[in-house]
Amino acid sequence: MVETTTEKASAFTAKAASRPRPSFSESTAGRIFFTLLPFLLIAVIWETVVWLQVFPPVLMPSLGRVFQTFWKMLLNGSLFYHVGASVGRLLLGFLIGSSVGILIGILMGQSRAAERFFLPLLSALMPVPALAWIPLFVLWFGLGNTATLAVIIFAASLPTAFNAWTGVKTANPVWVRAAQSMGCRGMNMFLKVILPGSLAMIFTGLRIGLSQSWRALVAGEMLAATTWGMGFAIFDAREFLATDVMLVMVMMIGLTGYLIVSVLFGMIEKHTVVKWGMLQEVGA
Amino acid sequence: MAQVTVDKVSKTYLTDNRSVTALHDVSLDMRDGEFVCVVGHSGCGKTTLLNILAGFLQPSSGEIRVDGVPREKSKASIGVVFQEYALFPWRTALQNVAFGLEMAGESKAAARKRAVEFLELVHLSEFANAYPHQLSGGMRQRVAVARAMAYEPGLLLMDEPFGALDAQTRERLQSLTQEVWLATHKTIFYVTHNISEAVFLGERVVIMRPGPGRIHDIVDIKLPRPRDPLSDEFIDIQRHITRAIMDRDERHG
Repeated sequence: MVETTTEKASAFTAKAASRPRPSFSESTAGRIFFTLLPFLLIAVIWETVVWLQVFPPVLMPSLGRVFQTFWKMLLNGSLFYHVGASVGRLLLGFLIGSSVGILIGILMGQSRAAERFFLPLLSALMPVPALAWIPLFVLWFGLGNTATLAVIIFAASLPTAFNAWTGVKTANPVWVRAAQSMGCRGMNMFLKVILPGSLAMIFTGLRIGLSQSWRALVAGEMLAATTWGMGFAIFDAREFLATDVMLVMVMMIGLTGYLIVSVLFGMIEKHTVVKWGMLQEVGA
Repeated sequence: MAQVTVDKVSKTYLTDNRSVTALHDVSLDMRDGEFVCVVGHSGCGKTTLLNILAGFLQPSSGEIRVDGVPREKSKASIGVVFQEYALFPWRTALQNVAFGLEMAGESKAAARKRAVEFLELVHLSEFANAYPHQLSGGMRQRVAVARAMAYEPGLLLMDEPFGALDAQTRERLQSLTQEVWLATHKTIFYVTHNISEAVFLGERVVIMRPGPGRIHDIVDIKLPRPRDPLSDEFIDIQRHITRAIMDRDERHG
């Protein structure tokens, strides 16, 4: 990283360095502790409720039992298959959906005609939860993968289109003028100015699109009766009253979603828009 | 290098079925390598004139000629330094300066080499790899000056380039601008609301007035360089220009 020169900045770092020791809440261990704290608290409440037997044990398993099931599913490989099937579906659907969405959004930002055509459609479709389309998609595409993929593509395309459109529309006009004065035209203008200039918004759209696809995926797997996948596993476990399996899957859905959305995207953003000072780093 | 003629240029905007004349019948000749400063209150059309020179706006009537050729047909390139920070945040200082050269079709290596020279010209070579958000306001505008000059435009347009900076930084950058102009002798069209800045830099100071925007007077500054803003002659000229700008306010206010 390049050092900024302002005396103010260096004075600030000097002050920070001369501080005797970082407090616990700022150390790595402290940060992990405070991130885990709310989860620990919920675990304690959970165990208390289990211990008090508010619900019959079969409906509300202890965390120990949930962990045993997690371990069992990990060893027999079913965990891997469910997670793998869901992530695979998600990535395929998201890749298609977000590509289509970004393309439409950019087109809308660049062409007034495309904007007039797509904007009413987008505005009407945005408030409809992807979930609402699943029964219809099942009727059209049959039970299974295709209907689930369709709903993911749908869920991913809307927010990505909307944000790409906003990004292109709001890319600083001074950048465009500056580039214009230096002889930048056409495709160069788009690739070297408008696209990087709207990248922060496009990433925001991708983040929203990804978390919405993730939800659509789980719902799709439940209703479209796929044979593997975390949503399917939850729905299937209901038949056997296997609440421990349900809980393992809910946790895995949360964890996998977090890893994909925050960690993966956090990394991409850190090396682009955050590095360029166009976006403040989002806390982990 | 470029000789620029502004020939009877007018600009009228239509807003809400009402037409507003931003510029009325403005004519100006700029010699090759001349430093022309434009002062006036907001609404006097100085930025509109700059935008027309840059090609961002089309005049309603009249025409701009660069070296005798109409603006739209002219091959001469024009550099612009904007009031706000118009650097590309996704490019380092060096990559920003190299942008115009790349657009002109130079190879990456050649563009880079030239960009390094121009960063040196504004004393920023050690920050070549810094991104704009890592630089101070004054440094960013120095990069912007280097960027606008690196591809050797015949005409350099500067739109209140240092208006947002603190007084000390602005003074340093005025001296730097003078230094760069003396070294390169580009034709510079410099818009400012700061009269002392105009007298310090310009060979001629164009005084514009609003309602409708027009040229009121043009003052030749014959003081030797570097100019001393505290000398009697400097202050006399500054007073003269200040009165010329204020005149209208006295009559109408």
